[in-house]
Amino acid sequence: MTGEELLAAAEKEQAARRQAKYCVAVCAAAGCHSLGSTSIREIFQKAVNEAGLGEQILLYGTGCLGLCHAGPLVEIQRYREDSWERWLYHHVNEGMVAEIVRHHLGGDQPLAQFLYPLDDPFFRSQYKIVLENAGRINPERLEDYIGADGYSALWKAVSEMTPMDVVREVTQSGLRGRGGGGYPTGLKWSTVAKSKGSRKFVVCNADEGDPGAFMDRSILEGDPHRILEGMALAAYAIGAEQGYIYVRGEYPMAISRLKTAIRQAEKVQLLGNRILESAFNFRVDLRIGAGAFVCGEETALIGSIEGNRGTPRPRPPFPAEKGLWDMPTLINNVETFANVPAIVRNGGQWFSRIGTEKSKGTKVFALAGKIVHTGLIEVPMGISLRQVIFDIGGGIPDGKQFKAAQTGGPSGGCIPLPHLDLPIDYESLIKVGSMMGSGGLIVMDETSCMVDVARFFMQFCMDESCGKCVPCRAGTAQIYRILEKISSGTASLHDLELMEELCDLLKHTSLCGLGQTAPNPVVSTLRYFREEYLAHIEQKTCPAGVCRMGAPDAACGSAEPVQEKENCL
Amino acid sequence: MPEKPTSLPPPRGDKRYKILDAAIKRHQFQPNAILEVLHTAQELFGFLEEDLLIYVARALRVPPSRAYGVATFYNFFSMKPQGKHTCVVCMGTACYVKGAADILSALEKEHGIKAGETTPDGLLSITTARCVGACGIAPAVVFDGAVEGQVSPQYALQRTQQWRMETL
Repeated sequence: MTGEELLAAAEKEQAARRQAKYCVAVCAAAGCHSLGSTSIREIFQKAVNEAGLGEQILLYGTGCLGLCHAGPLVEIQRYREDSWERWLYHHVNEGMVAEIVRHHLGGDQPLAQFLYPLDDPFFRSQYKIVLENAGRINPERLEDYIGADGYSALWKAVSEMTPMDVVREVTQSGLRGRGGGGYPTGLKWSTVAKSKGSRKFVVCNADEGDPGAFMDRSILEGDPHRILEGMALAAYAIGAEQGYIYVRGEYPMAISRLKTAIRQAEKVQLLGNRILESAFNFRVDLRIGAGAFVCGEETALIGSIEGNRGTPRPRPPFPAEKGLWDMPTLINNVETFANVPAIVRNGGQWFSRIGTEKSKGTKVFALAGKIVHTGLIEVPMGISLRQVIFDIGGGIPDGKQFKAAQTGGPSGGCIPLPHLDLPIDYESLIKVGSMMGSGGLIVMDETSCMVDVARFFMQFCMDESCGKCVPCRAGTAQIYRILEKISSGTASLHDLELMEELCDLLKHTSLCGLGQTAPNPVVSTLRYFREEYLAHIEQKTCPAGVCRMGAPDAACGSAEPVQEKENCL
Repeated sequence: MPEKPTSLPPPRGDKRYKILDAAIKRHQFQPNAILEVLHTAQELFGFLEEDLLIYVARALRVPPSRAYGVATFYNFFSMKPQGKHTCVVCMGTACYVKGAADILSALEKEHGIKAGETTPDGLLSITTARCVGACGIAPAVVFDGAVEGQVSPQYALQRTQQWRMETL
């Protein structure tokens, strides 16, 4: 494919969409899929055909539309007088499909009683860059992505930009790593570009291990070509010819969509040799993870791609200098790569106008837990947590009280009510003892016990500790045991002291991020909810009524007793 | 020199070995493809038996200890046979906050096994997952590979009892 052919294909697709009487996008993301959206799509297709509208209606499955709790979702779009009209149907079932086809598609009469208001704060407060194609494209069709200006950034880069120009645009945009750490992406790229090596690699970290996070999954499933384009741009910028996507084995749909996307792109020379008739070559291979949280750490991930146990190694040397097979390697998160095509297409300056002074652009969050609108959102940096939880998220269900918001997964912390007006950016979240993390945002209400939550995360870290360094392997197990004691009402104040000491030890002496950040949930809950810990210890009661006092084995409804891990101490 | 085989060569008529061999060949016998090959092996055989690990290790020219190390390091690989039906309870944060522990303990109590075990009749395996990425519809349970959301303990029991009824 040449650049001209790419432009022609894009125009053809756009024209087809504009000419269609209606475009019907059925959400095919994990949430709606589990609620039966696949059969809804088939029923739709049948109903449309029976009504004789098959030629005029464009029906397709699409990426996550965001409102997962109201699934299955169907978005209907129509192009009229230079703008797009949109309608969103929620909780769609078989009976509704027939009516929608008859009245809306056939008779131009939208069914107001089934519609979700699109001027709801849930939609109004969002700003979409990474998720801009949700609802617009069928992730299994390359043509759809091209029609949405896909691969135009790659064409722009290989035809009129030097690799250093691409690095410069990304640096200027102010984009920072979306995996959680927030390292400036431009700086990373220029380091790898400058590193010497006979070969270089681009790696996409799609090992989304944080429990309670599904942003990367939604991006991979909803817009796989976007990741490939972002990786190709990175490869062009740093001079790599081989890329790997390390994706979780738990995401079979993401794996199959990526496989399809890679095959499609290779077929038309958007990947492979002489991309878009230029001298640039780049291939991408998939590597399937096998369920180890620690593999999200970059050196462990490299070990896993090389076919070893995923254990981290000390840094430096950083992967930017010595990574995969000791060659300079660029590792970025899915969401980071997903931002790149838009940055190259629209320029770094455009991107740097969004967000706050130090955190640019947008962030995708997965809203979950005790919140009305569970789902996927993308908001500009700097928006307050209160807006996210109460405006976009619709607040807490069942008239309960908000207690804390958990960000950053097992490496993050809990943010209590007094800090709700905090702007969401990398620095502010760290200041209050949490972190941006990859974007899981779990809301807890008064019925959640903070000791139990800390215990849950510590158990997670204990199970997932790779066992290479002692502070993490033994420390997480010891902290977990103390938390078990606290939540069963058998701990003393001395235990609390000991636990705080251990947390400090882990933070400063562990080998990798897993151990260094494992105490965060404990430290942050102790900081804001110390009285709850004290109630467990002194009064032997659980204020939230979650923990069962007295029996250490049955504490907090836990099904698993203390693991055999003690044996390896 | 490769050491003498510690087990019998695979049965000739077993087609699954042919598919496995093809996968190994596709990865050009590269030792670093061991994860991919083990994924294929587990898909074919259901679990990774010791002999199977030795077979893979020899084909990729890595020490059996490394194959064993990799297979036991990652949660995804199982060294024990799985039941006919599997029920995976997601224990991710979102599901946990919404009561996944209650679902799990109900299932464990009903079937008399712990998470990670299989019923003695080989009918049902109950396992937990770190997060299946279906947090928007928490709590989620995967019944035989299909994710279902907003599951209650009663519903989970009903589903697993149904499997039991079908085999009777």
